[in-house]
Amino acid sequence: MLDRRELMKRACMAALATGLGSSRVLALESVTLPFDNGERPLVRYPQKRPMIGVTQRPPQLETPFSIFDDGPITPNNAFFVRYHLADIPYNIDPDKFTLVVKGKVDRPLKLSLRDIKKMKPVELVAVNQCSGNSRGFSDPRVAGGQLGNGAMGNARWRGVPLKAVLDMAGVQQGAKQVTFNGMDGPVSDKTPDFVKALDIDHARDGDVMLAYGMNGDDLPVLNGFPLRLVVPGYYGTYWVKHLNEITVIDNVFDGFWMKSAYRIPDTPNNAVEPGTAPKATIPINRFTVRSFITNVSDGAKLKPGRTRLRGIAFDGGKGIKEVAVSIDGGKTWTPAKLGRDLGKYSFREWKLTVKLAAGAHELKVRATNNAGDVQPMTAFWNPAGYLRNVVETVRVTAA
Amino acid sequence: MRHGILLALAAAAGLGIVAAKASPVSFTLPEETAAFKPGTNLEVVQNNCTACHSADYVKTQPRGEKFKKDFWTAEVTKMIKVYGAPIDDADVGKIVDYLTANY
Repeated sequence: MLDRRELMKRACMAALATGLGSSRVLALESVTLPFDNGERPLVRYPQKRPMIGVTQRPPQLETPFSIFDDGPITPNNAFFVRYHLADIPYNIDPDKFTLVVKGKVDRPLKLSLRDIKKMKPVELVAVNQCSGNSRGFSDPRVAGGQLGNGAMGNARWRGVPLKAVLDMAGVQQGAKQVTFNGMDGPVSDKTPDFVKALDIDHARDGDVMLAYGMNGDDLPVLNGFPLRLVVPGYYGTYWVKHLNEITVIDNVFDGFWMKSAYRIPDTPNNAVEPGTAPKATIPINRFTVRSFITNVSDGAKLKPGRTRLRGIAFDGGKGIKEVAVSIDGGKTWTPAKLGRDLGKYSFREWKLTVKLAAGAHELKVRATNNAGDVQPMTAFWNPAGYLRNVVETVRVTAA
Repeated sequence: MRHGILLALAAAAGLGIVAAKASPVSFTLPEETAAFKPGTNLEVVQNNCTACHSADYVKTQPRGEKFKKDFWTAEVTKMIKVYGAPIDDADVGKIVDYLTANY
């Protein structure tokens, strides 16, 4: 039997042989995510390998999960795509691109891409994960992008610290927040433009970055070319793409995408009783701790005896302390061996050899971060389907 | 061999990105193929919804008894109140009925 990767390769070659001259969305084949109404086309977009097509306009593309087994870095051409508003910049001249820094600063700036690239560069490996990653598993189901687990990725970002740019502009006394706007915008002027905000201390923490490079290359257009915000440990909603406007303000930003959207319950674990609404909410912020088995998929048939399991874990920036695996449905746990540490914001690889007797098994993986946060055995629920981090289960049969 | 190279070039052009060194990057999304299902009031839905998003935004939503009239009413209301969709009052019921009947 062909595995999925081989199937995709063949489908790709078939597509090339028939020519891609027409610019139709090329459905190579489809995949079915493991929840109701989960069938999705595999689609081909510029600068991308076949991706799981969630929506076409504005585009949302999910990474086929098998890619996470290829290594801790997600290739640019496999990195997920998420837009909110359909007016996307289709013609970008990097020589004419300008980043404006304004508001409560002593020296408002207009920086070209060349200006930014002349500054001292920094590099950081960090996970970007969509707030709604895994929303399709929410129970009860909720409205929104119905994603499997592929709206996440890990890349080596290259750029300059936001702090360096803010220092150059000279932040004034009384500054409270910094807002970020990109070149993409709404189709209708009645729709709120996508603008996000960070507190001033967060913006100046030295880790938040203006990135022009991704895994040694330019950013792909659909991932924010030529410049995007990188907010390590924070959900992707803050990672504004095509970033061209930074404004320092002396109040708390009240735009729709901060005040009304991307909110989580202000409760323990940011959870509420399934199906109910929270009394108070706060802006979504850091990732919850998560881990996955990447080399064995649900429903797999394995040979009895020794099997090497491997996968990834990550959290919101404390770093992964331990990954443990259970082959008996969560009764007993064995610590896995952690892979190379690429930094506290990165995917951390893990591996463990287990011995499976003949029969059915529930394999589970559970990560703990350096703050002691551990994945829950049953899923927390919130109305937007954010923050999913329940211990993942892979059912296999050894025969 | 030459044929192969030409095919590859055609493929690159077809994929809609033209980028030389430090020159403007032009980008084209693939042609939209997602479509609403046939049904009563399809035209009203097409006229009101597709200005801002493709039909798959609807098609991929959860299905079942809990995701019928109340669910679609909430979604259409959100589009109007939150995203400023200029939908006539007279069309709201038609859109909700279409979505409830077909998704």
